[in-house]
Amino acid sequence: MPHDALLIAIVGIPFLASLAALFIRANARNLAAWLATGAALASLALSIALYPGVVDGGVVRLVIPWVPSLGLDLTLRVDGFAWLFLVLISGIGALVGIYARYYMSPDDPVPRFFAFLLAFMGSMLGIVMAGNVIQMVFFWELTSLFSFLLIGYWHHGAAARDGARMALIVTSAGGLCLLAGVLVIGQIVGSFDLDVILASGEIIRDHPLYRPALILVLLGAFTKSAQFPFHFWLPHAMSAPTPVSAYLHSATMVKAGVFLLVRFWPVLSGTPEWFWLVGTAGLVTLVLGAYFAMFQQDLKGVLAYSTISHLGLITLLLGMGSPLACVAAIFHIVNHATFKASLFMAAGAIDHEAGTRDLRRLGGLRRFMPVTAVLAIIASAAMAGVPLLNGFLSKEMFFEEALAARWGTAFDLVPTLAAVAASAFGVTYALRLVVGVFFGPVPETMPRQPHEPPRWMLAPIAFLVAACLLVGMFPAVVIGPSLQAASISVLGGQTPSYSLAVWHGFTPALLMSFVTLIAGTLLYRTRREWLAQQDWPFLARGISGKAIFEQVLGFLAKTAPRRLESRFPGRKLQPQILLIILAAMVAAGLAVGSAPAAFEPLRWSSIDPAFAMLWLLGGACAAGAAILAKFHRLAALILTGGAGLVSCISFVWLSAPDLAATQLLVEVVTTILILLGLRWLPRRLPAQTQGQERLARFRRRRDVIIALAAGLGLATLAYGVMMHPVEDSISRFFLERAYSEGGGRNVVNVLLVDFRAFDTLGEITVLAIVALTVFALLRRFRPSVESVGLPSQQRYQNAIDERLPERSTGHTLTSYMMIPGLIIQLMFPVILLFGLHLFLRGHDLPGGGFAAGITISVGLILLYMAGGARWVESRLRVAPVRWIGLGLLTALATGMGSLLFGYPFLTAYFQYLDLPVFGRIPLATAVLFDLGVLMLVVGATTLILIALAHQSLRRPRVLTPSAPPANPPGDH
Amino acid sequence: MELVLSAAIGVLTASGVWLILRPRTFQVIIGLTLISYAVNLFIFSTGGLRVGSDPVLKSGVDLERYADPLPQALVLTAIVISFATTALFLVVLLASRGLTGVDHVDGEDGTP
Repeated sequence: MPHDALLIAIVGIPFLASLAALFIRANARNLAAWLATGAALASLALSIALYPGVVDGGVVRLVIPWVPSLGLDLTLRVDGFAWLFLVLISGIGALVGIYARYYMSPDDPVPRFFAFLLAFMGSMLGIVMAGNVIQMVFFWELTSLFSFLLIGYWHHGAAARDGARMALIVTSAGGLCLLAGVLVIGQIVGSFDLDVILASGEIIRDHPLYRPALILVLLGAFTKSAQFPFHFWLPHAMSAPTPVSAYLHSATMVKAGVFLLVRFWPVLSGTPEWFWLVGTAGLVTLVLGAYFAMFQQDLKGVLAYSTISHLGLITLLLGMGSPLACVAAIFHIVNHATFKASLFMAAGAIDHEAGTRDLRRLGGLRRFMPVTAVLAIIASAAMAGVPLLNGFLSKEMFFEEALAARWGTAFDLVPTLAAVAASAFGVTYALRLVVGVFFGPVPETMPRQPHEPPRWMLAPIAFLVAACLLVGMFPAVVIGPSLQAASISVLGGQTPSYSLAVWHGFTPALLMSFVTLIAGTLLYRTRREWLAQQDWPFLARGISGKAIFEQVLGFLAKTAPRRLESRFPGRKLQPQILLIILAAMVAAGLAVGSAPAAFEPLRWSSIDPAFAMLWLLGGACAAGAAILAKFHRLAALILTGGAGLVSCISFVWLSAPDLAATQLLVEVVTTILILLGLRWLPRRLPAQTQGQERLARFRRRRDVIIALAAGLGLATLAYGVMMHPVEDSISRFFLERAYSEGGGRNVVNVLLVDFRAFDTLGEITVLAIVALTVFALLRRFRPSVESVGLPSQQRYQNAIDERLPERSTGHTLTSYMMIPGLIIQLMFPVILLFGLHLFLRGHDLPGGGFAAGITISVGLILLYMAGGARWVESRLRVAPVRWIGLGLLTALATGMGSLLFGYPFLTAYFQYLDLPVFGRIPLATAVLFDLGVLMLVVGATTLILIALAHQSLRRPRVLTPSAPPANPPGDH
Repeated sequence: MELVLSAAIGVLTASGVWLILRPRTFQVIIGLTLISYAVNLFIFSTGGLRVGSDPVLKSGVDLERYADPLPQALVLTAIVISFATTALFLVVLLASRGLTGVDHVDGEDGTP
């Protein structure tokens, strides 16, 4: 079906173009603007091509299954209502693209701007096209994210950063509520598919979870659409570049909220809860927004509050719950988008030319910018609801609905009064804007002499104003069919008959229109000077949404955590670890206590005397390490190694050669690692006062008891587990299939690189991250002063070297490392070969990528120990970071390879191959994966060890920058 | 066999727990190493202890006679990850020692 490709292209093109924009040079303004406009026009053209599919309630759908078992599919779905939004988003997006080319300064990194704008457009298209509600929330949060980047585009300004952060916090918190809401709805309906949800309105409304779901969804919509009391973020988002404001606050972003309300209107509306919550929020926002807009002195501030007010109007219409009001709401969404986008663009042009947006410093501009003046006046008139313009039509529908409100209570009059008041205020601020900017004398405080903006900056404004006029004069022809398609898709059978005519005769609504026009004009004429003097809305002095927001945020992010921290569990590590251990013991105790009779008859296992002797040694090593770790670090390290060796021998004993090999190798590397670190630790001397000693003794006794309890508990648990026969574990599955499906006889290795390769991929990624973190941390490492000097052994050796005339400094070191050094040099190729051997046999015999990788890095480290870092690095190019990258890429590429053949990620493939000398050998793609593991392990281990070893090389440079650093071999 | 191994796990755990409750960073790192031995042995033991079983597949051997491969694979992963955490912790330890001048876990001395 060609529709499938269309749907993917509409939402995909902006994202692809966004990626492409990142590769454009920073000063290529024309290219970036063409890319943005072109992408928007492409989406627009494709959307228009979809139109035949969406008329008369048609729906175009594309489902790409992702996790069908969880109901998570990529569903693209366009109906009449979504189509209307597609055209608005991509159409106004194209106009904003042209406008921004001329608005943005040559100093701004424009490609970044267009990349954000395109990504935002794509996310917005994603919301309206989402046929799966989870997917909708995903794109919803994406719009929050990209609007954050757009609002904060001029990130050097504090206002832009604050505004962006506020918008992000408010709208994405709302997005999380929305996610919870759709999860609840999905729970009620049993599906996340939008069509299923839209068909289950009654089930949802009758469900006991209806109220929580409604409130959560409304929180999402109200925060996004800046409804009271979440309206405060919108005016602060005005610190964005004006093209962004023109886009975000007309056709997109804030419209996402009302889009959601309309989308869920057939499902959630029609209840008293919906009526009161949505209606009240809309009513309050409508009146407050218009009231605050009158007192703004900033041009964009007026438009921002006016946007809030108009969003309130749409919300109020939706809250009323009648189908006709819903049609009016959809109609007003379109109208508001056109006139508000053009007004923002005009405001940007004025700011651009006159150098200020302050209404008190502007005036008489019609003499310098006649075309802009005409366009802005028409758009303002549309905003004020003057007849023959589109704003008038939807506002008249609103008046009719307000008048029709009849619930038989005293509240009946409230909508009418609110509508009249808000509309009158709307006329007042529109007049303030038009008269203040374009008429009257030119104030002396105006920063510069303005003139008409470039032609292509005016063209988008002119286009939108023409749309306002056309819709206003010929509504039935221009907007009628698509409005009908949108209404049918939302309302279905409930779609009312309505008339889109300019003239309905002398109706009460018309009377209301004239009343508001006259009242607004009167208000403006009488209160003009007074309004210009106000810095803050009258009667709302000192109440600032921003201040309250910041107080709440400060409490949640600073005060509350501090208070919590001061009480529980504090900043000290030891009490926290103690708490964790105790909690773990309690949890384990509870789990064992509630287990269904795990220990039926207590049996004693056999005791192998040799094994017991082995562990007598191991236990002594562990206890010794515990006792000596404070004052004798080297001894403790050696004893720890002893315990490790004993557990290594146990692995061999208990038929786990793979584990034994890996454990042994890791043991070696860990010991070298800690040895390298020992040098930087302070000398520890027993010096404590009387009081400290008493406290320390108490803590030691307490900790011994806890440690013994933990040890006893885990031992009992382990004994219970071991004596409890394993009935039917999944291991049999692996044993049966390791050879037939994985092509390997070493089941452990097949498990790692084939059956559970995804785990291994995650693991090696962790290893890579750790290695890089270690490297990064050590780059900034500053040793403490007392360990900067040479170690005492080296000082002692150097003293001898200096005293004897036939020796020079460093002689002793070189000579006593000579024989081991030679042996290591000779053994190095053998170790490498052994590593390769371990790797190649890994699939069939004990070995594998991990063991081989560690072996090879041990070889490298031995070389370092024998010859010193400088000696090795002057002969061998060791690039561990590249090995890490190469290993990760190889593993990933092997995994992706299976996708090419239509199998899931990381599916292994194997084949037997007859080679002349080697005979019949299995060749599995899992071996390639294992090769990636090997390379990564080599890189990560070597990087960690070398980074640490290099620390002692940095020291001489710090001390004596002029002297050439000595080359002490084995100076770690 | 099982009794010895569980006793061993107990001793390793007790030593490790005692050490991670100590105030010095080096003690904590040794303690973590000992605990990771104990935990690895514990996970390994969940598959049941087999002496002298075949670790790799041979033709004609009953599936019941092999050692359990799953805990082994899990422990293999755990060994590598515990190496990574040890390395990371060691470097954090060194950085903290360089910044604060002491090797106390809280970066301040004076407490036992």
